[in-house]
Amino acid sequence: MTAGVLVVAGALLGLGGAIAGALLPKGWRVRAATALIWAACGCEAAAAIHVLAIDRPIVLRSTELLPFTGVTLVLNSLGAFFVLLVVMVAVPATLYGIGYASHGLDTRTAACVFPLFVTTLLLVPTAGSVATFMALWELMALTSLLLVLVDHSASEASRSAGTWYAVLTHVGAATILVAFLILAAHSGGQTFAAIAVHARHLASGVRALVFMLALVGFGSKAGAVPFHVWLPKAHPEAPSPVSALMSGAMVALGVYGIVLVGDDLLGGGPVWWWLVVLVLGGASALFGSLHAASSTDLKRLLAYSTTDNIGLVLLAVGAAGLYDATRHPLLAALSLVSALVLLFNHAAFKGALFLSAGSVQVATGSRDLDRLGGLLRRMPQTGALFLVAAAAISALPPLNGFIGEWLLFQSLLHGAVIGSTAADIAIPLAVAALALTAGLTVVAFVKAVGIGFLGRPRSESADEATEVPRTMRLAVGLLVAVCVVLGVAPTLIFPAVERAVKTALPGLGTRILAHGVDLQVVGLRGMLAPAALAGSLAGAVVGIMVLRRALSRQPTPRVVEAWGCGRQLQTARMQYTATSFAEPVQRVFDDVLRPVQDLDVTHVAESRYVIESVTFANTVDDAIERSLYTPVIRAVRRWGQVARRLQPGSVHRYLAYGLGALVILLVAVAVMG
Amino acid sequence: MGSLQLRHVDAGSCNGCEIEIASVFGPVYDAERFGTRLVASPRHADGVLVTGPVTRNMAVPLKKTVEATPQPRVVIAVGDCAHDCGVFRGGYGVVGSVNDVVPVDVSIPGCPPHPTAIIEALRGITRR
Amino acid sequence: MSTISHVIGTGISSAVQVAVVAVGGPVLVGVMRKVRCRLEGRVGPPVLQPLVDIRKLFRKQRFRPDQATWIFTLAPVMLVATVVVAAAITPLVTTHPALRASSDLFVLVYLLLVGSTLLALAGLDAGTAFGGMGSSRAVTIGALAEPALLVTILALSTTAHSSNLPAIVSAILAHPESVATPQRLFALGALLIVIVAESGRLPVDNPATHLELTMVHEAMILEYAGPDLALVTVGEAMRLTLLLGIFVNLVAPWGVATSTSVSGVVVGLASVVAKVAVVGVFLAVFEVFIAKVRLFRVPELLAGAFVLALLGVVSGLVAK
Repeated sequence: MTAGVLVVAGALLGLGGAIAGALLPKGWRVRAATALIWAACGCEAAAAIHVLAIDRPIVLRSTELLPFTGVTLVLNSLGAFFVLLVVMVAVPATLYGIGYASHGLDTRTAACVFPLFVTTLLLVPTAGSVATFMALWELMALTSLLLVLVDHSASEASRSAGTWYAVLTHVGAATILVAFLILAAHSGGQTFAAIAVHARHLASGVRALVFMLALVGFGSKAGAVPFHVWLPKAHPEAPSPVSALMSGAMVALGVYGIVLVGDDLLGGGPVWWWLVVLVLGGASALFGSLHAASSTDLKRLLAYSTTDNIGLVLLAVGAAGLYDATRHPLLAALSLVSALVLLFNHAAFKGALFLSAGSVQVATGSRDLDRLGGLLRRMPQTGALFLVAAAAISALPPLNGFIGEWLLFQSLLHGAVIGSTAADIAIPLAVAALALTAGLTVVAFVKAVGIGFLGRPRSESADEATEVPRTMRLAVGLLVAVCVVLGVAPTLIFPAVERAVKTALPGLGTRILAHGVDLQVVGLRGMLAPAALAGSLAGAVVGIMVLRRALSRQPTPRVVEAWGCGRQLQTARMQYTATSFAEPVQRVFDDVLRPVQDLDVTHVAESRYVIESVTFANTVDDAIERSLYTPVIRAVRRWGQVARRLQPGSVHRYLAYGLGALVILLVAVAVMG
Repeated sequence: MGSLQLRHVDAGSCNGCEIEIASVFGPVYDAERFGTRLVASPRHADGVLVTGPVTRNMAVPLKKTVEATPQPRVVIAVGDCAHDCGVFRGGYGVVGSVNDVVPVDVSIPGCPPHPTAIIEALRGITRR
Repeated sequence: MSTISHVIGTGISSAVQVAVVAVGGPVLVGVMRKVRCRLEGRVGPPVLQPLVDIRKLFRKQRFRPDQATWIFTLAPVMLVATVVVAAAITPLVTTHPALRASSDLFVLVYLLLVGSTLLALAGLDAGTAFGGMGSSRAVTIGALAEPALLVTILALSTTAHSSNLPAIVSAILAHPESVATPQRLFALGALLIVIVAESGRLPVDNPATHLELTMVHEAMILEYAGPDLALVTVGEAMRLTLLLGIFVNLVAPWGVATSTSVSGVVVGLASVVAKVAVVGVFLAVFEVFIAKVRLFRVPELLAGAFVLALLGVVSGLVAK
C-alpha cells in the first residue's frame, strides 16, 4: 500500500506545482514549480520501479473524486515502463525550462499549465478505467494545447498550429472514447480489468471496429501518417521544453494506447489488424524520414523525424501482433521489446535534440537552417551534444539508436522464416522500409548538423551566437548521457522492458533476452556485444590518433584559409544550404514530396537580355495535408456557408422552422404509434 | 620521392602546353609509370604545374593554390610563357612570369615543350 | 587453459585480418589501377605505388581550414578506426575472429556508416561549395543503397537463421549444396552492386576524376592534406578490400579457417587474398568498359539492386 501512497503523492505534488506556478510571484514561480515537479517525478518513478521489481500492479480506487464513475488507478508493469520514460524526459525538460523561462514559460498561465501537463503525462499510464483514462487524456491534450499557444499567442503560425492540433487531437479523443464505450457497454463495467475479461469474447466485427477506432485515435496522438499533420505545425511552435515532452513522451503514450487496447484489453487479434499497423508504420517511417530529409526548419525537421521514429515503433508493434496471431510468442515478445526500446531511445535523443534546437533558437533567434551555420565553434557544448544525439538518432553504433534498430531487424529477420504468407510478404517490405528510413534519417541529420553547426555562419545572428546558460546545457547533457549509456550497456533497461512486455503479452514463461553485458536473444540466433564493440572502437580511435601523431612530422595541423578552388573571396553564400543539400533526395523522391518551385526573373526595363534580379523559392509542403485535409476543410467551409443561410435573422422564418419541426414530429408519432 | 602528385594551374596559357601535358599522361608517354599523377586539389599535391604567363585574374588564385599545397612542395613552370611570358610579354593583361608571382623550382622551356621534356623534368624530381 | 589459448588465437587471427586489410587495401587499389592501365594500353604505375604515396603523405604538412572544427580532424581517424574494428570482427581469414558475438552483417553496415557519416560532416565543415556538394551526394547515394543492402542481408541470413557472419559462413561450409541457390545468387548480385556504390567505384563515382562537378567522394576530401589525407586514402582502400573480402567469403567461403590454428590461418589468409584479388581484377576489367552514369541515374541502378535482393528473398520463399 505504501507504493500506492507514492502514486497519489506524486499526483498531489504535481498539482502543487501547478498551484505554485499560478500563485507565486514571477521570480519564484518557475523554480518552485520545477522543484515540485521533480518531487512528483521522484514519487512516480519510485512507484514504477517498485511495481517493476515486485511485478504486481498497484490498484487504487476512489469513488469520491469523479462523479458517477470514481477514479481507478492501476499501475502495472507496462504502465510503469511508460512512467519511467516520461520521468526520463520530464526531469531534463523542466530543468531546461528554468533557463528557458524568460522565453514564454514564466507567465502565470504557462507556469501553472506546464506542471499540470507533466503530471498528466505521468498519470495517463496509471489510469485503470475508461473514465479515469479519458479524463487524464483530455487534460493532457488541453494542457499541451495551451502550451503550444503560450509562446507567441499572437503569431499566425502558432494560432494555425493550435487549431490543427486541437481538431486532430479531439477527433482522436472522440474515436478513442467511442472505442472504449463499445468495450465498456459489452463488459458491464468500465475498469480495464473488467473489459480485459469480457473483450476477448466479443464478436470479431465489434473487436475489429474497436481496434480500428483506437488505432485512429491513438495513431493521431502518436503522429502516424496520415494523422501526423499537426506534428510539424505544433511541435515547432511550442516552447522547446514542451516540444521535447510532446515529441519524446506524449507521442509515446499514443503507442502505449495502441498496445493497451490491442494487446492488453483485446488480447491480440487476427493477422489483418496487425498488417494495417505494419502498413501504417511503414508509411509513417518513410513519409516522416523523407520530409525530415527535405525540411529546412530545424524543429520541423525534428517533428517529421518523430513521425519517422514512431513509424518504426509501429512496425515493431505490428510485427509483434503478427507473430502473436501466428503463434510465435517468442518472436512477438522480441518485437514488442524492440518497440519499447525504440520508444525509450527515441524519448532520450529526441528530447535532447528538441532541447538543443531550443538553445539554438535562444542563441540565434532562428531555427531556419538556411540562416544558421558555424554554431559548433560558437556554442561548442550545445553543438557537441546535438551531434551525439543526431548520431544516436541516425542509429550509429555505439549509441542507443543502433540497439533499437538492431533489435527490430533481428525480430524481422527471424520473422521472415516463420512460413506465414502474410509475414512472407510483409517482412521483406518492412525491412526495406526500415532501411530506407535509416538512410534518409542519416541524410536529415547530416544536414541538420552539417548545415546548422558547421561551416560559416549564414546570418549575422548566427555569427554572434554565444553559448546558452549552464542549466540548459546540463539538461541536454543528461539526455545525451542516457543515449550513450544505453548504447554501451543496453541491458540496463532490459529487465524493465521484459516485465512490461510480459504484461502486454501474458503467457510467456521464458526470458526474451539474456541479461549480461552482451545481448542475446534467447532461443534465436542473434547476439551483440555492445560494450566490447564500443570499447574496441574507442581503442581503435585512440590507437590511430597516436599513430597519426607518431608518423607525421607535424603534430598539430596548421590553421589556414580553406582552399575553395583558389577563389579570391570565400563567403557564407558559397556554401551548400539546407535546401541545396536536400535537393538530390528531393529530386529522387519528386513524386512523393511534390515540391513547389518558383523561379522569378526580373529584367531591366531597357533590355530583356539584362537581368535585374532572380528569386528562387523551393517549398515542400505536406502532400498528405494538401490532398487529404485541404479538400475536407474546403467542403466543411462550403457546407458551413450553406448552413449560414438557415440563420438569416428573420423571426418569421424561425417560427416557420418551429412549425415545420412540430408537423414532422406529429406525423412521425402518428406513423409509428 | 618516387611519388609526385601534381595540381595543374592554367595561369593564362594559350592551351598549347595543356595539350602537351595531356599527352604526357596519355597512353604514349604515360608519366604515371614514374609515380606522377594529376590530382584535383592542391591539398593532395606535392607540386603545382603552372602554364602560361600569369594574367591579372589568375595572379591571386595562383598564389593561393601554391600556398594551399602542403610543404615540401615544388612549383614547375611549363613552357616559355611561364618562364618569361613568351609572346605575351608586355601584354596589358599580363602581370609577369610565374617566377614574378611565386618562386619557381623547375622550369621547362619550349613553346610548347615536348612531352619528353616534361617527363624528363618530372623524373628529375621523382628520381625514377 | 583452452579458453585462454582460444582468446589468444582469436586475437591473433583478428590482428592478421586487420593487417592484411590494411596492407592489402592499398595494394589492391594498385593492382586494380595496373589492370586498368594495361587494358587502356598504358604501362601504368607500379603495383605498390599507393603504399609509396601513403608513406610520402605522412611526411607532409597538416592543414586545417580556419572555419573547420574538431570534426574535420576526427573524421579520417574515425573512418579508419571503424574499418579496423570491422576487419577485426569479420570472418575473413577465420570463422573465429575476436568479438565473434558482434560479427553481424547489420553491425558491419552500421559500423561502416559511422565513418562515412563523419566524412560527410567533414565535407561540410570547411564551409566551401564543393565539400557540401560531395556530402550531399554521398549521403543521398548511401541512403538509396541502404534498402538493397539490408534486404540482401535478409536474403543471405534466412538460410542460417542468423545475420551473424560466422554463422552464415559456417552454414554454407556445412551445406555446400546450398551455395548456388537462386536466393543466394540474386542476393549476391545485389550485394556486388551495393559494394560498388558504397566504395565509390565506377559506374557510381569515378575515383580518378579531376572535374569537381562530377565528384562525389573526392569532393568531400578536397581540403585534406598530408597525414589526414593518407588516413582517408588508407581508409577507403581498406573499406573496398573489406567489403570485397566479405563478398568473396559469402560467395565461396572455402579456404576460410574454421579454427584459429596456425596452418588454418595461413591457408585462410592465402585463400582470401587470392579470392579478393580475382574479384578486384574482375571489377577493374569491368570498369574499363563502362562510363560513370549520371548522378540521377544512380537511383535506378540501386533500385535494380533492391529488386534483385527482393527477388532473392522471394525465391527463397518459393523454394521452401
